[in-house]
Amino acid sequence: MDPNLRREIILEHYQHPINRGLVDDEHYEKANTHNDSCIDNIDVMMKITDGKVEDIRFDGEACAISTSATSIMIQTLIGKSVDEVKEIIENYEHMINEEDYRSDLLGELIVYNETYKQPNRKKCALLPFESIKKILAKKEEKENGI
Amino acid sequence: MNRQDFPMLEKDLIYFDNGATTLKPKCVIDSMVEYYSSYSANAHRGDYDISQKVDQMYEGVRDKVKKLLHAARSSEIIFTKGATESINMIAFGFMKYQLQKGDEVLITKAEHASNVLPWLELAKDIGIKVHYIPLNEQHELTLEAVEKAISPKTKVIALAHITNVVGDIRPVEEIGKLCREHQIYFVVDGAQSVAHLPVDVERFNIDFLAFSGHKMLGPTGVGVLYGKYALLEKMRPLCFGGGMNSIFSSDGTIEYKDLPTRLEPGTPPIAEVIGLGRAIDYLLNIGMDQIHQYELELKRYAISKLEQLDNITIYNKDSQGGIVAFNIDGVFSQDAAVYLNHYHICVRAGNHCAKILKDEFKIQNTCRISFYFYNTKEEIDKLIEVLQKSKDIFKIIL
Repeated sequence: MDPNLRREIILEHYQHPINRGLVDDEHYEKANTHNDSCIDNIDVMMKITDGKVEDIRFDGEACAISTSATSIMIQTLIGKSVDEVKEIIENYEHMINEEDYRSDLLGELIVYNETYKQPNRKKCALLPFESIKKILAKKEEKENGI
Repeated sequence: MNRQDFPMLEKDLIYFDNGATTLKPKCVIDSMVEYYSSYSANAHRGDYDISQKVDQMYEGVRDKVKKLLHAARSSEIIFTKGATESINMIAFGFMKYQLQKGDEVLITKAEHASNVLPWLELAKDIGIKVHYIPLNEQHELTLEAVEKAISPKTKVIALAHITNVVGDIRPVEEIGKLCREHQIYFVVDGAQSVAHLPVDVERFNIDFLAFSGHKMLGPTGVGVLYGKYALLEKMRPLCFGGGMNSIFSSDGTIEYKDLPTRLEPGTPPIAEVIGLGRAIDYLLNIGMDQIHQYELELKRYAISKLEQLDNITIYNKDSQGGIVAFNIDGVFSQDAAVYLNHYHICVRAGNHCAKILKDEFKIQNTCRISFYFYNTKEEIDKLIEVLQKSKDIFKIIL
Protein backbone atom coordinates (compact mmCIF):
# COMPACT_ATOMS: atom_id res chain seq x y z
CA MET A 1 0.00 0.00 0.00
CA ASP A 2 1.16 3.50 -0.82
CA PRO A 3 2.55 4.96 2.41
CA ASN A 4 0.96 8.34 1.81
CA LEU A 5 -2.48 6.80 1.35
CA ARG A 6 -1.96 4.62 4.41
CA ARG A 7 -1.01 7.64 6.50
CA GLU A 8 -3.95 9.63 5.15
CA ILE A 9 -6.47 6.93 6.12
CA ILE A 10 -5.00 6.44 9.59
CA LEU A 11 -4.82 10.18 10.25
CA GLU A 12 -8.37 10.77 9.04
CA HIS A 13 -9.70 8.12 11.43
CA TYR A 14 -7.47 9.40 14.27
CA GLN A 15 -8.55 13.01 13.90
CA HIS A 16 -12.18 12.29 13.02
CA PRO A 17 -13.01 8.86 14.42
CA ILE A 18 -16.50 7.59 13.78
CA ASN A 19 -18.99 6.85 16.58
CA ARG A 20 -17.03 8.52 19.35
CA GLY A 21 -19.07 9.04 22.50
CA LEU A 22 -20.98 6.48 24.53
CA VAL A 23 -24.77 6.29 24.86
CA ASP A 24 -26.94 5.32 27.77
CA ASP A 25 -28.80 2.35 26.33
CA GLU A 26 -29.23 -1.02 27.98
CA HIS A 27 -29.23 -2.81 24.63
CA TYR A 28 -25.51 -2.25 24.39
CA GLU A 29 -22.91 -4.47 26.02
CA LYS A 30 -19.83 -2.58 27.26
CA ALA A 31 -16.16 -3.41 27.86
CA ASN A 32 -13.07 -1.46 28.81
CA THR A 33 -9.61 -2.32 27.62
CA HIS A 34 -6.36 -0.62 28.48
CA ASN A 35 -2.82 -1.13 27.41
CA ASP A 36 -0.37 -2.80 29.83
CA SER A 37 1.96 0.11 29.42
CA CYS A 38 -0.86 2.04 31.14
CA ILE A 39 -1.53 4.63 28.47
CA ASP A 40 -4.26 3.72 25.98
CA ASN A 41 -7.64 3.36 27.64
CA ILE A 42 -10.72 2.70 25.54
CA ASP A 43 -14.34 1.92 26.36
CA VAL A 44 -16.27 0.14 23.64
CA MET A 45 -20.00 -0.62 23.55
CA MET A 46 -21.73 -2.82 21.00
CA LYS A 47 -25.36 -3.51 20.17
CA ILE A 48 -26.17 -6.83 18.54
CA THR A 49 -29.64 -7.40 17.12
CA ASP A 50 -30.74 -10.74 15.62
CA GLY A 51 -27.14 -11.98 15.46
CA LYS A 52 -25.92 -8.89 13.63
CA VAL A 53 -23.84 -5.94 14.81
CA GLU A 54 -26.22 -3.01 14.72
CA ASP A 55 -23.96 -0.43 16.31
CA ILE A 56 -20.59 0.04 18.01
CA ARG A 57 -19.53 3.16 19.90
CA PHE A 58 -16.37 4.05 21.81
CA ASP A 59 -14.73 6.62 24.02
CA GLY A 60 -11.39 7.05 25.70
CA GLU A 61 -7.88 8.41 25.42
CA ALA A 62 -5.49 6.64 23.14
CA CYS A 63 -2.68 7.06 20.65
CA ALA A 64 -3.04 7.56 16.90
CA ILE A 65 -2.83 3.84 16.15
CA SER A 66 -5.34 2.73 18.82
CA THR A 67 -7.81 5.48 18.10
CA SER A 68 -7.75 5.05 14.33
CA ALA A 69 -7.89 1.25 14.62
CA THR A 70 -10.97 1.60 16.80
CA SER A 71 -12.65 3.82 14.25
CA ILE A 72 -11.79 1.61 11.26
CA MET A 73 -12.81 -1.47 13.24
CA ILE A 74 -16.21 0.04 13.96
CA GLN A 75 -16.67 0.94 10.31
CA THR A 76 -15.73 -2.62 9.29
CA LEU A 77 -17.78 -4.55 11.85
CA ILE A 78 -21.14 -2.75 11.73
CA GLY A 79 -23.62 -4.83 9.75
CA LYS A 80 -21.64 -8.06 10.09
CA SER A 81 -22.91 -11.22 11.75
CA VAL A 82 -21.31 -12.43 14.97
CA ASP A 83 -19.57 -15.23 13.06
CA GLU A 84 -18.24 -12.80 10.48
CA VAL A 85 -16.99 -10.55 13.28
CA LYS A 86 -15.08 -13.46 14.79
CA GLU A 87 -13.57 -14.31 11.44
CA ILE A 88 -12.49 -10.72 10.84
CA ILE A 89 -10.91 -10.48 14.28
CA GLU A 90 -9.04 -13.73 13.74
CA ASN A 91 -7.68 -12.65 10.38
CA TYR A 92 -6.82 -9.18 11.67
CA GLU A 93 -4.87 -10.67 14.57
CA HIS A 94 -3.05 -12.94 12.17
CA MET A 95 -2.10 -9.93 10.06
CA ILE A 96 -0.78 -7.99 13.06
CA ASN A 97 1.17 -11.02 14.25
CA GLU A 98 2.66 -11.66 10.79
CA GLU A 99 0.77 -14.89 10.17
CA ASP A 100 -1.27 -15.92 7.09
CA TYR A 101 -4.54 -14.00 6.76
CA ARG A 102 -7.30 -13.21 4.28
CA SER A 103 -6.95 -9.56 3.30
CA ASP A 104 -10.30 -9.59 1.44
CA LEU A 105 -12.14 -9.74 4.79
CA LEU A 106 -10.43 -6.78 6.36
CA GLY A 107 -11.43 -3.73 4.31
CA GLU A 108 -9.54 -0.59 5.37
CA LEU A 109 -8.07 -2.46 8.33
CA ILE A 110 -5.28 -3.53 6.01
CA VAL A 111 -3.67 -0.15 6.62
CA TYR A 112 -2.14 -1.87 9.66
CA ASN A 113 -0.47 -4.60 7.60
CA GLU A 114 2.95 -3.19 8.38
CA THR A 115 2.41 -2.47 12.06
CA TYR A 116 4.47 -5.56 12.89
CA LYS A 117 7.51 -3.52 11.88
CA GLN A 118 7.02 -1.52 15.09
CA PRO A 119 6.52 -4.31 17.64
CA ASN A 120 5.78 -1.86 20.46
CA ARG A 121 2.70 -0.69 18.53
CA LYS A 122 1.13 -4.09 17.91
CA LYS A 123 -0.74 -3.85 21.19
CA CYS A 124 -2.13 -0.47 20.17
CA ALA A 125 -3.51 -1.90 16.94
CA LEU A 126 -5.03 -4.90 18.74
CA LEU A 127 -6.52 -2.97 21.64
CA PRO A 128 -10.06 -2.20 20.35
CA PHE A 129 -10.49 -5.81 19.20
CA GLU A 130 -9.85 -6.98 22.75
CA SER A 131 -12.96 -5.06 23.80
CA ILE A 132 -15.06 -6.69 21.08
CA LYS A 133 -13.82 -10.13 22.16
CA LYS A 134 -14.73 -9.36 25.77
CA ILE A 135 -18.19 -8.21 24.73
CA LEU A 136 -18.79 -11.34 22.64
CA ALA A 137 -17.63 -13.53 25.54
CA LYS A 138 -19.99 -11.74 27.93
CA LYS A 139 -22.83 -12.17 25.47
CA GLU A 140 -22.15 -15.89 25.07
CA GLU A 141 -21.98 -16.33 28.83
CA LYS A 142 -25.38 -14.71 29.16
CA GLU A 143 -26.90 -16.80 26.36
CA ASN A 144 -25.52 -20.00 27.81
CA GLY A 145 -26.86 -19.01 31.17
CA ILE A 146 -23.49 -19.36 32.90
CA MET B 1 29.85 14.92 33.09
CA ASN B 2 31.67 11.57 33.36
CA ARG B 3 30.09 10.29 30.17
CA GLN B 4 33.11 8.17 29.30
CA ASP B 5 32.36 5.91 32.30
CA PHE B 6 29.05 4.68 30.84
CA PRO B 7 29.14 1.95 28.17
CA MET B 8 25.52 2.68 27.19
CA LEU B 9 26.48 6.22 26.23
CA GLU B 10 28.76 4.88 23.50
CA LYS B 11 25.57 4.15 21.58
CA ASP B 12 23.79 6.72 19.47
CA LEU B 13 21.31 7.43 22.23
CA ILE B 14 19.92 10.34 24.20
CA TYR B 15 18.74 8.81 27.44
CA PHE B 16 16.21 11.04 29.23
CA ASP B 17 14.41 8.37 31.28
CA ASN B 18 16.50 8.36 34.42
CA GLY B 19 13.44 8.53 36.65
CA ALA B 20 12.64 5.02 35.44
CA THR B 21 16.16 3.68 35.77
CA THR B 22 19.66 5.06 35.37
CA LEU B 23 22.50 3.79 33.21
CA LYS B 24 25.35 1.94 34.91
CA PRO B 25 28.99 3.00 34.97
CA LYS B 26 31.50 0.34 33.96
CA CYS B 27 32.94 0.15 37.48
CA VAL B 28 29.55 -1.00 38.83
CA ILE B 29 29.22 -3.67 36.16
CA ASP B 30 32.83 -4.76 36.75
CA SER B 31 32.35 -5.04 40.50
CA MET B 32 29.52 -7.53 39.96
CA VAL B 33 31.45 -9.52 37.37
CA GLU B 34 34.36 -9.64 39.79
CA TYR B 35 32.15 -11.13 42.52
CA TYR B 36 30.90 -13.84 40.17
CA SER B 37 34.30 -14.58 38.69
CA SER B 38 36.68 -14.33 41.62
CA TYR B 39 34.96 -14.74 45.01
CA SER B 40 31.55 -16.24 44.30
CA ALA B 41 30.28 -17.69 47.60
CA ASN B 42 27.31 -17.18 49.90
CA ALA B 43 27.19 -14.54 52.62
CA HIS B 44 27.10 -15.21 56.39
CA ARG B 45 27.93 -18.87 55.89
CA GLY B 46 31.34 -20.45 55.48
CA ASP B 47 34.64 -20.25 57.28
CA TYR B 48 36.66 -20.27 54.11
CA ASP B 49 38.48 -17.26 52.72
CA ILE B 50 36.26 -16.33 49.81
CA SER B 51 33.14 -16.58 51.97
CA GLN B 52 34.71 -14.20 54.45
CA LYS B 53 35.52 -11.82 51.64
CA VAL B 54 31.84 -11.93 50.62
CA ASP B 55 30.84 -11.00 54.16
CA GLN B 56 33.31 -8.15 54.22
CA MET B 57 32.15 -6.77 50.90
CA TYR B 58 28.44 -7.23 51.66
CA GLU B 59 28.58 -5.72 55.13
CA GLY B 60 30.89 -3.01 53.85
CA VAL B 61 28.09 -1.76 51.61
CA ARG B 62 25.92 -1.29 54.69
CA ASP B 63 28.50 1.17 55.98
CA LYS B 64 28.52 2.96 52.64
CA VAL B 65 24.73 3.35 52.71
CA LYS B 66 24.94 4.57 56.29
CA LYS B 67 27.42 7.22 55.18
CA LEU B 68 25.29 8.20 52.17
CA LEU B 69 22.18 8.67 54.33
CA HIS B 70 23.99 10.06 57.38
CA ALA B 71 22.35 7.32 59.45
CA ALA B 72 23.32 6.72 63.07
CA ARG B 73 24.28 3.06 62.71
CA SER B 74 24.82 0.44 60.00
CA SER B 75 22.26 -1.93 61.48
CA GLU B 76 19.57 0.59 60.51
CA ILE B 77 20.21 -0.32 56.86
CA ILE B 78 18.22 -3.29 55.50
CA PHE B 79 18.78 -4.57 51.96
CA THR B 80 15.56 -5.29 50.09
CA LYS B 81 14.49 -5.93 46.51
CA GLY B 82 13.76 -2.24 45.98
CA ALA B 83 11.78 0.74 47.18
CA THR B 84 8.48 -1.08 46.61
CA GLU B 85 9.40 -3.94 48.92
CA SER B 86 10.81 -1.49 51.47
CA ILE B 87 7.54 0.46 51.71
CA ASN B 88 5.54 -2.77 51.89
CA MET B 89 7.70 -3.85 54.83
CA ILE B 90 7.01 -0.53 56.56
CA ALA B 91 3.25 -0.85 56.03
CA PHE B 92 2.74 -4.57 56.67
CA GLY B 93 5.68 -5.38 58.97
CA PHE B 94 5.44 -2.31 61.19
CA MET B 95 2.41 -0.04 60.78
CA LYS B 96 0.00 -2.96 60.74
CA TYR B 97 0.91 -3.66 64.38
CA GLN B 98 1.30 -0.05 65.51
CA LEU B 99 -1.79 1.60 64.02
CA GLN B 100 -5.39 1.24 65.02
CA LYS B 101 -8.69 1.55 63.28
CA GLY B 102 -9.45 5.19 62.48
CA ASP B 103 -5.80 6.31 62.57
CA GLU B 104 -4.88 8.52 59.63
CA VAL B 105 -2.10 8.16 57.07
CA LEU B 106 -1.42 11.31 55.03
CA ILE B 107 -0.12 10.99 51.47
CA THR B 108 -0.64 13.06 48.28
CA LYS B 109 -2.07 12.43 44.84
CA ALA B 110 1.39 12.86 43.33
CA GLU B 111 2.78 9.72 44.99
CA HIS B 112 4.03 6.73 43.02
CA ALA B 113 1.88 3.59 43.18
CA SER B 114 4.32 2.04 45.66
CA ASN B 115 3.56 4.77 48.19
CA VAL B 116 -0.20 4.58 47.61
CA LEU B 117 -1.26 0.96 47.25
CA PRO B 118 0.37 -0.39 50.47
CA TRP B 119 -1.56 2.21 52.45
CA LEU B 120 -4.85 1.57 50.63
CA GLU B 121 -4.41 -2.17 51.24
CA LEU B 122 -3.56 -1.58 54.89
CA ALA B 123 -6.72 0.51 55.16
CA LYS B 124 -8.72 -2.49 53.96
CA ASP B 125 -6.87 -4.74 56.43
CA ILE B 126 -7.10 -2.77 59.65
CA GLY B 127 -9.41 0.17 58.98
CA ILE B 128 -6.94 3.06 58.94
CA LYS B 129 -7.89 6.12 56.88
CA VAL B 130 -5.78 7.37 53.97
CA HIS B 131 -6.08 11.12 53.38
CA TYR B 132 -4.57 13.16 50.55
CA ILE B 133 -2.85 16.41 51.48
CA PRO B 134 -3.93 18.99 48.85
CA LEU B 135 -1.30 20.18 46.36
CA ASN B 136 -0.95 23.82 45.26
CA GLU B 137 -1.56 25.18 41.75
CA GLN B 138 1.86 24.02 40.61
CA HIS B 139 0.92 20.51 41.83
CA GLU B 140 3.50 20.88 44.58
CA LEU B 141 3.25 20.22 48.29
CA THR B 142 3.75 23.10 50.71
CA LEU B 143 4.63 22.91 54.38
CA GLU B 144 1.47 24.91 55.19
CA ALA B 145 -0.68 22.29 53.47
CA VAL B 146 0.95 19.53 55.50
CA GLU B 147 0.48 21.47 58.72
CA LYS B 148 -3.18 22.09 57.93
CA ALA B 149 -3.84 18.44 57.10
CA ILE B 150 -2.54 17.10 60.40
CA SER B 151 -5.27 16.07 62.84
CA PRO B 152 -5.09 14.40 66.26
CA LYS B 153 -5.72 11.15 64.41
CA THR B 154 -2.72 11.52 62.07
CA LYS B 155 -0.19 8.81 62.85
CA VAL B 156 1.80 8.58 59.60
CA ILE B 157 2.92 11.02 56.91
CA ALA B 158 4.27 9.13 53.89
CA LEU B 159 5.72 11.23 51.06
CA ALA B 160 8.08 11.07 48.14
CA HIS B 161 11.07 13.30 48.82
CA ILE B 162 11.03 14.19 45.11
CA THR B 163 7.94 13.27 43.08
CA ASN B 164 8.43 11.33 39.89
CA VAL B 165 6.22 13.39 37.56
CA VAL B 166 6.22 16.95 38.92
CA GLY B 167 9.75 16.69 40.28
CA ASP B 168 9.14 18.99 43.24
CA ILE B 169 11.46 18.65 46.21
CA ARG B 170 9.38 18.36 49.34
CA PRO B 171 10.49 20.34 52.41
CA VAL B 172 11.33 17.15 54.27
CA GLU B 173 13.39 18.77 57.00
CA GLU B 174 10.49 21.00 58.06
CA ILE B 175 7.95 18.19 57.67
CA GLY B 176 10.25 16.02 59.80
CA LYS B 177 10.11 18.65 62.54
CA LEU B 178 6.33 18.73 62.37
CA CYS B 179 6.23 14.96 62.64
CA ARG B 180 8.46 15.03 65.71
CA GLU B 181 6.26 17.67 67.37
CA HIS B 182 3.09 15.73 66.68
CA GLN B 183 4.55 12.26 67.28
CA ILE B 184 3.81 11.18 63.73
CA TYR B 185 5.80 8.48 61.92
CA PHE B 186 7.58 10.07 58.96
CA VAL B 187 7.97 7.72 55.98
CA VAL B 188 9.94 8.99 52.98
CA ASP B 189 10.01 7.46 49.49
CA GLY B 190 13.51 8.34 48.37
CA ALA B 191 13.38 6.56 44.99
CA GLN B 192 13.78 9.85 43.09
CA SER B 193 15.92 11.71 45.61
CA VAL B 194 18.69 9.59 47.12
CA ALA B 195 20.55 9.51 43.79
CA HIS B 196 20.04 13.20 43.11
CA LEU B 197 20.74 15.26 46.23
CA PRO B 198 22.08 14.97 49.78
CA VAL B 199 19.82 13.08 52.19
CA ASP B 200 20.31 13.23 55.95
CA VAL B 201 17.90 10.94 57.77
CA GLU B 202 18.95 12.20 61.19
CA ARG B 203 18.64 15.89 60.38
CA PHE B 204 15.35 15.35 58.50
CA ASN B 205 13.98 13.23 61.37
CA ILE B 206 13.01 10.47 58.92
CA ASP B 207 11.67 7.36 60.62
CA PHE B 208 11.68 5.17 57.52
CA LEU B 209 13.24 5.75 54.09
CA ALA B 210 12.91 3.55 51.00
CA PHE B 211 14.87 3.60 47.74
CA SER B 212 16.03 1.43 44.84
CA GLY B 213 19.55 0.70 43.64
CA HIS B 214 18.84 0.76 39.93
CA LYS B 215 17.71 4.39 40.00
CA MET B 216 21.14 5.39 41.38
CA LEU B 217 23.62 3.74 38.97
CA GLY B 218 23.28 0.37 40.72
CA PRO B 219 21.82 -2.91 39.50
CA THR B 220 18.17 -3.94 39.49
CA GLY B 221 16.92 -6.25 42.23
CA VAL B 222 18.34 -4.41 45.22
CA GLY B 223 17.09 -1.55 47.31
CA VAL B 224 17.25 -0.25 50.83
CA LEU B 225 14.97 0.15 53.79
CA TYR B 226 16.31 2.58 56.35
CA GLY B 227 14.56 2.67 59.71
CA LYS B 228 15.38 4.12 63.10
CA TYR B 229 16.84 1.30 65.16
CA ALA B 230 14.17 1.33 67.85
CA LEU B 231 11.45 1.11 65.19
CA LEU B 232 13.13 -1.64 63.17
CA GLU B 233 13.38 -3.61 66.41
CA LYS B 234 9.58 -3.73 66.41
CA MET B 235 9.28 -4.62 62.72
CA ARG B 236 7.98 -8.09 61.99
CA PRO B 237 9.65 -9.85 59.04
CA LEU B 238 7.31 -10.51 56.10
CA CYS B 239 9.34 -13.55 55.05
CA PHE B 240 10.75 -16.29 57.23
CA GLY B 241 13.44 -18.85 56.50
CA GLY B 242 17.17 -19.17 56.15
CA GLY B 243 19.69 -16.61 57.26
CA MET B 244 17.42 -14.72 59.62
CA ASN B 245 16.91 -17.34 62.36
CA SER B 246 19.33 -18.13 65.15
CA ILE B 247 17.57 -21.06 66.85
CA PHE B 248 14.59 -23.21 66.07
CA SER B 249 13.64 -26.63 67.26
CA SER B 250 10.85 -29.11 66.83
CA ASP B 251 9.16 -28.09 70.10
CA GLY B 252 8.34 -24.74 68.53
CA THR B 253 11.14 -22.69 70.05
CA ILE B 254 12.15 -20.00 67.58
CA GLU B 255 14.60 -17.18 67.94
CA TYR B 256 15.47 -14.75 65.24
CA LYS B 257 18.75 -12.96 64.69
CA ASP B 258 19.38 -9.36 65.60
CA LEU B 259 19.05 -6.46 63.20
CA PRO B 260 19.70 -6.13 60.38
CA THR B 261 19.93 -9.83 59.45
CA ARG B 262 16.51 -10.63 60.91
CA LEU B 263 14.89 -8.58 58.17
CA GLU B 264 16.93 -10.09 55.31
CA PRO B 265 15.64 -13.65 54.97
CA GLY B 266 17.09 -16.02 52.39
CA THR B 267 20.28 -15.60 50.42
CA PRO B 268 20.54 -11.90 49.72
CA PRO B 269 21.24 -10.38 46.27
CA ILE B 270 24.98 -10.38 46.95
CA ALA B 271 26.26 -9.28 43.56
CA GLU B 272 23.64 -6.55 43.45
CA VAL B 273 24.52 -5.25 46.91
CA ILE B 274 28.19 -5.16 45.90
CA GLY B 275 27.25 -3.29 42.72
CA LEU B 276 25.18 -0.84 44.77
CA GLY B 277 28.17 -0.25 47.02
CA ARG B 278 30.32 0.63 44.04
CA ALA B 279 27.60 2.97 42.76
CA ILE B 280 27.55 4.79 46.10
CA ASP B 281 31.33 5.25 46.01
CA TYR B 282 30.96 6.67 42.52
CA LEU B 283 28.19 9.10 43.51
CA LEU B 284 29.94 10.32 46.64
CA ASN B 285 33.08 10.86 44.63
CA ILE B 286 31.20 13.31 42.38
CA GLY B 287 29.28 14.79 45.31
CA MET B 288 25.53 14.80 45.80
CA ASP B 289 25.39 18.61 45.93
CA GLN B 290 27.19 18.87 42.61
CA ILE B 291 24.80 16.36 41.04
CA HIS B 292 21.77 18.31 42.22
CA GLN B 293 23.14 21.67 41.06
CA TYR B 294 24.02 20.31 37.63
CA GLU B 295 20.61 18.66 37.13
CA LEU B 296 18.87 21.87 38.12
CA GLU B 297 20.99 23.75 35.61
CA LEU B 298 19.96 21.24 32.90
CA LYS B 299 16.31 21.54 33.86
CA ARG B 300 16.37 25.36 33.76
CA TYR B 301 18.13 25.26 30.40
CA ALA B 302 15.55 22.81 29.02
CA ILE B 303 12.63 24.91 30.27
CA SER B 304 14.08 28.11 28.78
CA LYS B 305 14.41 26.39 25.41
CA LEU B 306 11.06 24.59 25.52
CA GLU B 307 9.29 27.84 26.39
CA GLN B 308 10.42 29.26 23.06
CA LEU B 309 8.48 26.59 21.16
CA ASP B 310 4.84 27.43 20.52
CA ASN B 311 3.57 23.84 20.36
CA ILE B 312 4.70 22.58 23.78
CA THR B 313 2.83 22.64 27.09
CA ILE B 314 5.02 22.28 30.17
CA TYR B 315 3.39 21.13 33.41
CA ASN B 316 6.13 21.69 35.99
CA LYS B 317 8.21 24.72 35.03
CA ASP B 318 9.16 25.71 38.55
CA SER B 319 9.93 22.45 40.32
CA GLN B 320 13.51 22.09 41.51
CA GLY B 321 14.17 18.45 40.57
CA GLY B 322 15.59 17.39 37.21
CA ILE B 323 12.25 16.39 35.71
CA VAL B 324 10.23 18.02 32.89
CA ALA B 325 6.66 16.89 32.20
CA PHE B 326 5.29 18.14 28.88
CA ASN B 327 3.09 17.41 25.89
CA ILE B 328 3.29 18.37 22.24
CA ASP B 329 -0.02 20.17 21.72
CA GLY B 330 -2.60 17.97 20.01
CA VAL B 331 -0.38 14.89 20.17
CA PHE B 332 -1.03 11.93 22.46
CA SER B 333 1.97 11.45 24.75
CA GLN B 334 2.74 7.96 23.50
CA ASP B 335 2.80 9.16 19.90
CA ALA B 336 5.22 11.89 20.98
CA ALA B 337 7.47 9.32 22.68
CA VAL B 338 7.42 7.11 19.57
CA TYR B 339 8.33 10.16 17.49
CA LEU B 340 11.27 11.03 19.77
CA ASN B 341 12.35 7.39 19.72
CA HIS B 342 12.72 7.70 15.96
CA TYR B 343 15.58 10.14 16.74
CA HIS B 344 16.96 7.84 19.45
CA ILE B 345 15.69 10.06 22.24
CA CYS B 346 14.32 8.02 25.15
CA VAL B 347 11.51 9.64 27.15
CA ARG B 348 8.70 8.10 29.12
CA ALA B 349 5.06 8.58 28.12
CA GLY B 350 2.05 7.84 30.27
CA ASN B 351 1.00 8.50 33.81
CA HIS B 352 4.30 7.32 35.30
CA CYS B 353 2.65 5.07 37.88
CA ALA B 354 1.15 8.13 39.57
CA LYS B 355 -2.33 7.21 38.44
CA ILE B 356 -4.22 9.55 40.74
CA LEU B 357 -2.21 12.60 39.74
CA LYS B 358 -4.60 13.00 36.80
CA ASP B 359 -7.12 14.41 39.29
CA GLU B 360 -4.68 17.30 39.71
CA PHE B 361 -3.30 17.68 36.17
CA LYS B 362 -6.72 17.35 34.52
CA ILE B 363 -4.99 15.34 31.83
CA GLN B 364 -4.18 11.65 31.90
CA ASN B 365 -0.81 11.43 30.29
CA THR B 366 2.40 13.35 29.76
CA CYS B 367 5.85 12.89 28.29
CA ARG B 368 8.50 12.96 30.95
CA ILE B 369 12.15 13.89 30.67
CA SER B 370 14.20 12.98 33.72
CA PHE B 371 17.83 14.08 33.74
CA TYR B 372 20.94 12.70 35.33
CA PHE B 373 24.44 14.09 35.62
CA TYR B 374 25.60 12.46 32.38
CA ASN B 375 23.05 14.36 30.30
CA THR B 376 24.22 17.49 28.50
CA LYS B 377 22.93 20.77 27.12
CA GLU B 378 23.85 19.50 23.65
CA GLU B 379 21.38 16.64 24.13
CA ILE B 380 18.71 19.15 25.11
CA ASP B 381 19.50 21.18 21.97
CA LYS B 382 18.98 18.06 19.88
CA LEU B 383 15.64 17.42 21.61
CA ILE B 384 14.54 20.98 20.87
CA GLU B 385 15.56 20.63 17.25
CA VAL B 386 13.46 17.47 16.92
CA LEU B 387 10.48 19.03 18.72
CA GLN B 388 10.72 22.05 16.44
CA LYS B 389 10.00 19.93 13.40
CA SER B 390 7.33 17.87 15.11
CA LYS B 391 4.70 19.17 12.71
CA ASP B 392 5.87 16.23 10.61
CA ILE B 393 5.21 13.80 13.45
CA PHE B 394 2.66 11.64 11.64
CA LYS B 395 4.91 11.30 8.62
CA ILE B 396 7.47 9.79 10.96
CA ILE B 397 5.34 7.59 13.18
CA LEU B 398 2.63 6.33 10.80
